[in-house]
Amino acid sequence: MAYSEKVLDHYENPRNVGVLEDDDSVGTGMVGAPACGDVMKLQIKVSNEGIIEDAKFKTYGCGSAIASSSLVTEWVKGKSLDEAAEIKNTHIAEELALPPVKIHCSVLAEDAIAAAIDNYRSKKQ
Amino acid sequence: MSDIKLPIYLDYSATTPIDPRVAAKMSECLTIEGTFGNPASRSHEFGWVAEEAVDLARQQVADLVNADPREIVWTSGATEADNLAIKGAAHFYKKKGNHIITMKTEHKAVLDTCRQLEREGFEVTYLDPQENGLLDLEKLKAATTDQTVVISVMHVNNEIGVIQDIEAIGEFAREQGIIFHVDAAQSTGKVEIDLQHLKVDLMSFCAHKTYGPKGIGALYVRRKPRVRLEAQMHGGGHERGMRSGTLATHQIVGMGEAFRLAKEEMATENERIRMLRDRLYNGLNDMEEVYVNGDLEHRIAGNLNISFNFVEGESLIMALRDLAVSSGSACTSASLEPSYVLRALGRNDELAHSSIRFTIGRFTTVEEIDYAIGLVRSAVEKLRDLSPLWDMYKAGIDLNSVEWVAH
Ligand SMILES: Cc1ncc(COP(=O)(O)O)c(C=O)c1O
Repeated sequence: MAYSEKVLDHYENPRNVGVLEDDDSVGTGMVGAPACGDVMKLQIKVSNEGIIEDAKFKTYGCGSAIASSSLVTEWVKGKSLDEAAEIKNTHIAEELALPPVKIHCSVLAEDAIAAAIDNYRSKKQ
Repeated sequence: MSDIKLPIYLDYSATTPIDPRVAAKMSECLTIEGTFGNPASRSHEFGWVAEEAVDLARQQVADLVNADPREIVWTSGATEADNLAIKGAAHFYKKKGNHIITMKTEHKAVLDTCRQLEREGFEVTYLDPQENGLLDLEKLKAATTDQTVVISVMHVNNEIGVIQDIEAIGEFAREQGIIFHVDAAQSTGKVEIDLQHLKVDLMSFCAHKTYGPKGIGALYVRRKPRVRLEAQMHGGGHERGMRSGTLATHQIVGMGEAFRLAKEEMATENERIRMLRDRLYNGLNDMEEVYVNGDLEHRIAGNLNISFNFVEGESLIMALRDLAVSSGSACTSASLEPSYVLRALGRNDELAHSSIRFTIGRFTTVEEIDYAIGLVRSAVEKLRDLSPLWDMYKAGIDLNSVEWVAH
């Protein structure tokens, strides 16, 4: 399969790989399933002002899944939670020029953002 | 490391390059100066010479498997041979019964042919292999009924390289009076085949896994006891009516020469290839959570199919762009199912997704193997550093206990 330049770049040099120390300011979303061939773990660290100041990911999956999650960590940083929730799979797929069979990777990345935000909000309640 | 040419070809079970000695013979059969004639032309020299070339090739193919040249029917490859064998026998013997037995790990050329026969009203039993990929003969016996007319079991599996016990299956089939077909596309030049001894009725071959050209193969059709087939390709009545179509002299000559070389060089070649395979295996086997798929002992020399747990296959293939290998991962195919062969062994989806098939062949070198070992090790390390599953495994979490949000 031919990959776009951007997928290759994120795959070769993934941004923000790692784990954030879990506390009240951190939301963690893990989506996907090993049996389906991809699992994304996205973590966001949210400031007192409600801005995402850091994001980390770990992903088990194909190159497009890794690139989607890497891209998302870049995009969410500096955004409010509501702004981050606006990031849609179509934006991700377009930015990375994902072929149709890889659209599910971008969907998973969108789900990961939502799951991380939910997790953060549930801690704040 | 200086003179290694990248990418390194480690996908000999997908196809092999043509041996230069074979290519030389083939190119003598193309132009006006060469043996270009139609082997069926009886009225002139061009036809006679072409027929002689085809006859020699037929003998060379028969020699590799200890058969009579009159038992060899040319086809376009193993797919066509499988179709001709299974459909041809099922149709011819349908008055005797309507039941066919095969295995879940067969090549699609066999499985899809059986599916088609199901649509025509035949009943097909698809046997599960044991965990090591081998057939349990008792299961075959238990599945056999008085309606069974064809048993089809492959010799060497294309994904995991395991070798089935064709001798034992043949004894059983013959005793029951059931036609026994064997897909031997992956075994010529790798495993001894003696059709005087094996009780096989029909055997499929192709040239392009044995350093011959693509687009040519053959079906062995036993004469004693005689096996009858209904033709699937109708026309000029070539190949004793079993397969019409003008013979592709250059392809056939290529297959003959490739099989001649295979017979001559098999013993030394296998030894060298086994040494390379073991070197690759030993170079990877000390990593954590590495699993070989399929039996290691009943296996051709050139195959290593191995799963790297907690690493996804397609991303691994991507990291291994300098290696031409194939993966059991769904992502490398159009479907979302991981390898049906590995699933049939009872491998879970994760291990099926993370499998890589290395197949080594005639032109593989020690330097290439050593280079491949280094690449694979660093790729697996890199991807495990990226993998949330690896972290969980390291933290002692049982992944089966996690409730995954499937999508
Ligand atoms: C076991 C097996 N059977 C059949 C085939 C099909 O052979 P061909 O490509 O010659 O039709 C292959 C190769 O792809 C194979 O590995």
